[in-house]
Order: sequence, then C-alpha cells, then structure tokens
Amino acid sequence: MIDIRGLRKRFGEHTVFSGIDLTLARGEIIVVVGPSGTGKSTLLRCINFLEQPDGGQIRVGDLSFDISRVTREQILALRRRTAFVFQNYALFYNKTALENIAEGLIVVDRQPKARAYARAREILERIGLADKADAYPASLSGGQQQRIGIGRAMARNADVILFDEPTSSLDPQWVEEVLGLMKQLAADNQTMIVVTHEMQFARDVADRVIYMDGGEIVEQGPPSELFTRPQDARTQHFLRQVLAANPV
Amino acid sequence: MHSLDFDYMLSLVPVLLSYLPLTLEMAAAGMVCALILACLLAVVRVTRVPVLNALALLFISFFRGTPLLVQLFLFYYGLPQVLTFLVSINGVTAAILGLTLHFAAYMAESIRAAIVGIDRSQVEAAQSIGMTQGQLMRRIVLPQATRVATPTLMNYFIDMIKSTSLAFTLGVTELMGATQKEAAGSFLYFEAFLVVAVIYWIVVEGLSWVQKWLERRLNRAYQR
Repeated sequence: MIDIRGLRKRFGEHTVFSGIDLTLARGEIIVVVGPSGTGKSTLLRCINFLEQPDGGQIRVGDLSFDISRVTREQILALRRRTAFVFQNYALFYNKTALENIAEGLIVVDRQPKARAYARAREILERIGLADKADAYPASLSGGQQQRIGIGRAMARNADVILFDEPTSSLDPQWVEEVLGLMKQLAADNQTMIVVTHEMQFARDVADRVIYMDGGEIVEQGPPSELFTRPQDARTQHFLRQVLAANPV
Repeated sequence: MHSLDFDYMLSLVPVLLSYLPLTLEMAAAGMVCALILACLLAVVRVTRVPVLNALALLFISFFRGTPLLVQLFLFYYGLPQVLTFLVSINGVTAAILGLTLHFAAYMAESIRAAIVGIDRSQVEAAQSIGMTQGQLMRRIVLPQATRVATPTLMNYFIDMIKSTSLAFTLGVTELMGATQKEAAGSFLYFEAFLVVAVIYWIVVEGLSWVQKWLERRLNRAYQR
C-alpha cells in the first residue's frame, strides 16, 4: 500500500536522510521510536510533503512518482491520501469542532456542505465528542483538541494516518483518552505510522516497531522481538534508557 | 471677544449635515478600495513573490514616506499634465484615489503583521489536508488575521474619515469645504469650525462603538 524507496532529505549542509526505504501493508500499524533529533518527525513530514524531500520514489495506493520530478498536483494528491496528526493539535482556531473536521471535505474534496457535516457528525460520534460540535478549539481541553485533530485526519478515509508525537504536548490526564482513540482506530485496521515515546502503546498496538537513529532505520521488527531481543547496540542502549525511565 | 452665536451654530447644523453623506461616501469608497489593495500587497509581501514584492515595497515606501496632501495635489493637479487623457479628473475621484493609495500602504503593513502572527502549525495543518495556498489563505489565515488587524484597521478608517477634509483643497465641497464657504460668508469662523469639529467628533465616536461591537463579535471563537 505504501512503498518508499531511497528517500533523501537535506537541510542545507546537513543530510537528514541519505536513503530511507519503508514499506507498509494495508492495515499495518508502525510505531517509530528513537532518540530526539534523529529524523522521526522529518520522515513523517516528508511522507506528507510538509517537508519537501530531495529524492527517492514514493508510492501510496494508486499514486506513484519520482520525488525529484514531483508536480504540484501530485503533492496535493499525496496529501489527500496521507492524513497528518500534529503534536500541538494545530486545529483551525477560527472554526468549530464540526467545521474543523468538515473543512477538508468541503474545500478540498468539494463535497456538498450537508454531506460533509453529516460525515463530520458521524466522526464526532466516533471520537466521543458529539456534544462539542459547535465548540471552538479555545474552549476545549488538550485531549479534546487532539481527538478532534485525529477526527480531522479520519474524516477523508486517507490511506494512512501519520501521527507526529500525538501525546507529547498533552497534560498527563489527557494522554489516555487520546491513546484510547488511537487503539480504537488500530482495532478498525486503520493503516498508521506513529512517532511516539509511549512504549506501552508501541508494545500493545504496533505490528512493527522501527528504531531510528542518525537519520536511518537501524532495526525493525514486531514489538515482542524488538523490545525483548534488540540486535543493534544502539537499539539496546536506547531501550535500556527509555525502559528504565518508563518501565513497561 | 464676543459671545458665541448659538442661533447661527444651530442653523448651521442642518446645512453642514447635508454634506456629511459625501464625506462618508469618500471615506467608505476609499476604505473598501484600500482594504482590497492592502490585502493584495500584504499577501505579496508575505509570500515574497519575486518582482511583485519589490514593487510592493517601493509602493509602500513612497505612500508612507510622503504627505497625503502632496499625494492629492500630485493626482489632481499634476497627473493630468502628464497623462493628458485625465484632463478632467474630478476632485472626488482624485481624493478617493489618494486616500486609497495612501492608506493601503499603511494597512498593508498591519495586515502583513497579522498574517505573519498566525501560528505556523495551522498553515501546515491546512497544507496537510491538501489545501492550496489560495484556499488556506482565504479560509484559515485571512479570517484570523482580520481579527488581529481589526483594531488597527478601524483606527486607519477613523483617520481616513478625517482625512477626507483635505479634499476641500481639491475644490470638493464636502463637509470641510462647505464649512469654509459658510464661514467666509458669515465671518463667524470660530462658530462654524466648532460645529464641524463636533460633527466629525460624533461620527468618529459612533464608529468607535461599531469597532467595539465588531471586536466582540470577532473574538467569539476565542472565549474560553
């Protein structure tokens, strides 16, 4: 369903990726872990073209292109297939919860408003915020805002949802409700790539855990293997540190 | 020193008020045109369109850097000499043109500041769902920038209403021009200009009320 080959990205002089390969099957749930500053978020952002990668091949569903020859239309088509959930929610502050979810349906997919709002209400129901349809983001808790952020990503049946540290900005009391919603999505076989430091979530939900360090994929495998028998010294070191701080 | 001629002042009120519509029309037309031009300039500045950005900077620099009165004279008396087809640009048109260009230069900068102030992540969120640059400007950025810029823009509008009085130097008989003529006939300058001052004052005060109402409305989405 998703196939990325030789993804390259530089920021000025600094090379972030010199060639990353990543393949996902439909319904697969990948959790990406690793130290800060190793390009986990940049990888997600490249898949949605929030950062423009410099080269490589990308295929999502029926869309496939060479990154160095990408057109504007291909970028928009790619974004249509890859939904993004932001660390700081990034809801539209001038729009209600309902409008936040319906915005892409109305503006980008050009759906009639009635149909878009019906779909948005259905999503609000699923994320447990039906009573907040007319609330503006400023009046909602962090957990509620992030659930709406996820709802916005769910609305258009994207091929994959990319989660960029979705619980890192949350007060501790809201983390569980957001992880709970993500587990619900996982149970519905939503394809997703999640960058997170929540090791328990990775262990419970991931089909595959990827350990990234220094802009490359060092090691990957099912959580049962990667967490208990990491092969690479860097993975072992990282997991020892993280699991010592947050025992699973 | 003589005492104020209240009867004269009262009699002047309806006379002068009949010129108020022209003053307000010039201000309203100037404001609408200036807002449109200022938005275009601000978007050009924010997105740094090559060439256009340089032209916008030059435009803003010139119209902020020279007095409005000089600009009005330039359009009304100067321009027809160069562009001969303009032989008869009328005073009202010249005044609206001058007000538009002058205030657009100021407003462009405050709109630009408001746009830049919208947090970057909302722009990214709009991009991530596949909105084009135009769509995200129209739907997400400009509505929020409007809220931020409204108090300053209303100040410019107030300034613009008062600046329409300069149109009398182009021979337009608006509120100020009419007062000037009345006073010249009666020699009661103090009374006449006091009445017109109060009329401007009341109009601006009324507008301040509109401003408060508008700000409350625009802030609705931001109440916790």
